[in-house]
Amino acid sequence: MWVLKVVGSATAQWAISLLQVGTNAANMSDETKKNQASGTDAPTGLGSTSRRSFLSRIGTVGLMITAAPITRAALPATPESTSTPAPPSPPQTGMPVTLRINGTEHHLQLDPRTTLLDCLRENVGLTGTKKGCDHGQCGACTVHINGHRVNSCLSFAVMHEGDEITTIEGLGQPGNLHPMQAAFVACDGYQCGYCTSGQIMSAVALMNEPCGPNDADVKELMSGNICRCGAYSNIVAAIQSVRQKKLSESSSVAKAKADK
Amino acid sequence: MNTFEFTRPADVTSAAAVAATANTAQQGAEVRFIAGGTTLIDLMKLNVEQPHTLIDLNRLPLADVETLSDGGLKIGAMVRNSDLAHHPAVLRDYPVLSQALLAGASAQLRNKATTSGNLLQRTRCVYFRDTAMPCNKREPGSGCGAINGFNRMMAILGTSEHCIATNPSDMNVALTALEATIHIQNSQGTRAVPINEFYLLPGNTPERETVLEPGDLITHVTLPAPVPGSKSFYLKLRDRASYEFALSSAAVIVKIENNRLAHVRVALGGVGTKPWRSREAEQALEGATLTESSFRSAAEAALKDARPQTQNGFKIELAKRCLTHALKVATQTV
Repeated sequence: MWVLKVVGSATAQWAISLLQVGTNAANMSDETKKNQASGTDAPTGLGSTSRRSFLSRIGTVGLMITAAPITRAALPATPESTSTPAPPSPPQTGMPVTLRINGTEHHLQLDPRTTLLDCLRENVGLTGTKKGCDHGQCGACTVHINGHRVNSCLSFAVMHEGDEITTIEGLGQPGNLHPMQAAFVACDGYQCGYCTSGQIMSAVALMNEPCGPNDADVKELMSGNICRCGAYSNIVAAIQSVRQKKLSESSSVAKAKADK
Repeated sequence: MNTFEFTRPADVTSAAAVAATANTAQQGAEVRFIAGGTTLIDLMKLNVEQPHTLIDLNRLPLADVETLSDGGLKIGAMVRNSDLAHHPAVLRDYPVLSQALLAGASAQLRNKATTSGNLLQRTRCVYFRDTAMPCNKREPGSGCGAINGFNRMMAILGTSEHCIATNPSDMNVALTALEATIHIQNSQGTRAVPINEFYLLPGNTPERETVLEPGDLITHVTLPAPVPGSKSFYLKLRDRASYEFALSSAAVIVKIENNRLAHVRVALGGVGTKPWRSREAEQALEGATLTESSFRSAAEAALKDARPQTQNGFKIELAKRCLTHALKVATQTV
């Protein structure tokens, strides 16, 4: 019974975070954001439990239940005792690296094998960037390097000293969404939401790339972002709505200039 | 992934010096240059590549595109695929290169992938990528899993009994048709290798893919001046409309004089163990009329030595139709 309840709240929490368009830092207090930026596991509104440690605990309980016939004796009697110990903090070895992420400098010690994706998620705590395939085939990990979109899974973090790195958290926040985030909400450009932050990062970068006016042009340039739910038509609609708005704004600015 | 030492050399000379300490510059090299990383990091995660040292080229001044005094183009090794595809000189003088680049990978991969990295892009053969499987390219002497296995994507030209893996690049096909030259620097000096001599057929040594030796660093690629009045086109056929490797592709450059073909260059992709220059097709087309039957004859000549595997026989006809259609588009006779 306890497990069911907790799973229910986890789902609710998931749903909430999806509505916030993949921004994990979305509804966090300044203190939380500071924690996150410094790499600590930040609480997200379920008491003192972070979403990540909470979900991993659920995973542990789920595993135990699956393996119940052989591990029943080991199944803890009370919910409290199911808590797994906090993961040990990463050893302070490796290369000293300073990364500029969403306008903030982070001084890190990184194993050179750390991909930019893992660094963002595990070392910096910016979990809005998602790990899908981890081989450059799905686009879920798309971030901006100096304004250009790239797959963060196919880059080592140590290669990015001096670069301006932007993640979904750096685009906008609830109450102050980036127009592309707002358009994805308005057009329902997602279902499960897992690919959404990558889709939005890709779409925002697309605005500054050569791209023809048609839906087919957008689809071609968005082909590096896979959506298993198949929300493609709504994603294209979201992107086209932002492009239309930008087009009409720039033409009205041009008109205003001409009128002067 | 095995751990490695990450180094960031100050200049090309010191980058080449570090690389010269390796025993090979081919499969399994202990020292690897890293540019965009889109192939190398992928293969390191799969343990197909396990270098103990990485040399980061991203800070070296190799990212310029310059027009040469002879009208040709010099493309730095570190020019990103997206920058090259949209470069005004490429769009104006070498549209086939721009089209090939934009047909490859995805927008975010093209923002990372570089000219020299794409030259050295590795095969997508599933047996090469899976260390549990035999592969003569990855582990010489272990056998070829593809020959009697899943070989629908594999090559039909240039294969051997040891390897049938396809070169997956689109850019390399266009550069082959454009007769690019690859410029290499090492501690002894510099040398220039025509692209058609840069890649090796698998033969008995599929682990050797190029002429590169330890310490060789590709610094740039040059293209000859465009032939005045010529037209070029890249056609790629694949299982889905975008973000997929070629089943068959064709890069063609043609010049028409008095309603006949006066200058023709043909390269095929997706069907060869290396980017496939077809002199047979070029000879068949030289002086030919602009008719579908001459294009089809050239396509027959290009594929006359094709050897199908159990699952990829369809590629022979597909490649013929691909080349025929590319010629029709380039000559505006569609």
